[in-house]
Amino acid sequence: MAEKISYKDIFFNPFSKNNPVIVQILGICSCLAVTAKLEPAIVMGLSVIAVLAFANVIISLIRKTIPTNIRIIVQLVVVAALVIIVNQLLLAYAYDVALQLSVFIGLIITNCILMGRLEAFAMGNKPWPAFLDGVGNGVGYALILIIVAFFRELLGSGTLLGFQVIPQCFYDAGYANNGLMILPPMALIVVACVIWVHRARNKELQENS
Amino acid sequence: MKALKKLMDKARPAFEPGGKLHAFRSVYDGMDTFLFTPRETSKSGVHIHDSMDSKRTMIIVVLALMPCLFFGMYNCGYQHWLACGATEFPFWELLLYGFLAILPAIVVSYVVGLGIEFCVAQWRGEEIQEGFLVTGMLIPMICPIETPLWMIAVATAFSVIFVKEVFGGTGYNIFNVALVTRAFLFFSYPSKMSGDNVFISHDSILGLGGMAPDGFSGATPLGQVAVSGADSAQGVAQAMTDVAGNPIDLWHMFLGLIPGSFAETSTLCILIGAAILLFTRIASWRIVLSVFAGGAVMALIAHCFATPTYPASFLSVGDQLCLGGFAFAAVFMAPDPVTSCRTNVGKYIYGFLVGVVAILIRTYNNGYPEGAMLAVLLMNALAPLIDYCVVEANVRRRMRRVAAKQ
Repeated sequence: MAEKISYKDIFFNPFSKNNPVIVQILGICSCLAVTAKLEPAIVMGLSVIAVLAFANVIISLIRKTIPTNIRIIVQLVVVAALVIIVNQLLLAYAYDVALQLSVFIGLIITNCILMGRLEAFAMGNKPWPAFLDGVGNGVGYALILIIVAFFRELLGSGTLLGFQVIPQCFYDAGYANNGLMILPPMALIVVACVIWVHRARNKELQENS
Repeated sequence: MKALKKLMDKARPAFEPGGKLHAFRSVYDGMDTFLFTPRETSKSGVHIHDSMDSKRTMIIVVLALMPCLFFGMYNCGYQHWLACGATEFPFWELLLYGFLAILPAIVVSYVVGLGIEFCVAQWRGEEIQEGFLVTGMLIPMICPIETPLWMIAVATAFSVIFVKEVFGGTGYNIFNVALVTRAFLFFSYPSKMSGDNVFISHDSILGLGGMAPDGFSGATPLGQVAVSGADSAQGVAQAMTDVAGNPIDLWHMFLGLIPGSFAETSTLCILIGAAILLFTRIASWRIVLSVFAGGAVMALIAHCFATPTYPASFLSVGDQLCLGGFAFAAVFMAPDPVTSCRTNVGKYIYGFLVGVVAILIRTYNNGYPEGAMLAVLLMNALAPLIDYCVVEANVRRRMRRVAAKQ
């Protein structure tokens, strides 16, 4: 590493300044797919944190022994093993949510954030910073998922985590849930709004046009 | 008028640079030039004489919408009277009822849309653009009369911000703002945008009209066809009835005394509007013509291969062109100069495809009885691509010509 980054920065940078979703624009696909409700979004976020943290540690441990030519395959095998473990755990202990998430737990393996972190960080760093980096990026991803899912579930279904939050008297007065919020296009627009607010607050991230 | 002018002149210094209300200069400017002529005009040496600025264009489009608007008012009253079981239709009462029914929607759409435009103009320190004059009028005209006002407000705010302002304001929008408003409503609140009882006003307003009885069917003819399951041209013709149960023939569809979104029902009034727009050359005749051509071709194909799976395919070409929002979209939506194609060849392709896709969606998707809105939005997205291809083809042709000469 050319410059020494403190552990604190490794952990906290992905929260905002170098957020994988809203700054690097990675992992958008799953962001659209699992954020219609808050509960699956939280579970998805936790799964990604777990997979990313452990994959980073494992790859970091064996980084010196991986032949460069086949490193992508090795990374994939590690991630695939972890994803299967997470999937089985969810099927065993959170069956309903696992059904809602359907293929998207399995598709964590194709999530760009994972390969990106493994390639960019775990291959060149010791296990402890790699672990911090994995957790940090996972949390950064989960944060955006939860923000998006919060608005989508609140406005689309009038509930949060399955509990009715918008009182019945609103509906009696003519309020209606916004069906578009449940559809994937609205996830893109909500993500765009999050990016908009984020860039407006962080001037150094704005592209010059 | 003089008093108003005096007031505006008196207020001027406060808005000039250094004045107290300098921040609101664009609001003042907008009001001033809207009410009177601009203060700074050229004294001499103007090279182009033309009274067509975008304000004039917008006002002519609004004028062209007037026949549809007045007919919509009358039709709104007429449908309400019909639903109440009336046999006499007093003209002025019908018109007044329709006026009172649509007025709140127009006010809401203008207040919300212009409010956002004013705020954004202040914020960016730009002058206020007049693009919303037409959009604000179109929005209530393409929605069902029973659409709740707060939904119109939310949808208007959404589309003005996300379709227009984020792309740079008037003239930079990639989609037609009014149609995105309707699409937002359509996908967000489907139960309020289609079905049996949104197209006809239910309650009496200020003592005018009566209470419509529950349980009458006020679906649009296209909606009736989509759910009819008819398997022949006669079956489709029988499926289309007005609120009182009388059959609707082509003449009714052309005149427009049928249930539907507020101003889209009367093909006759739309054609009057089209004549104004085409005569003043505001709408491109290439687009209007090719939309109708595309619709007619697709309707003919669908009619030739009619199947009971898709009852709307039994509709004749005339029915298809007169029913629903097709004609309105062809005249007022598709030729929008900002979102349609720029090149002449592109205009033909664009318009033709709008017509084809509109009839395609309407006929072969029973879930969407109307396709004109989605067709125009889809082609808005493709318009730059069509232009690109046309320009590239032209470049290539001329390059070949040059190569052949040498």
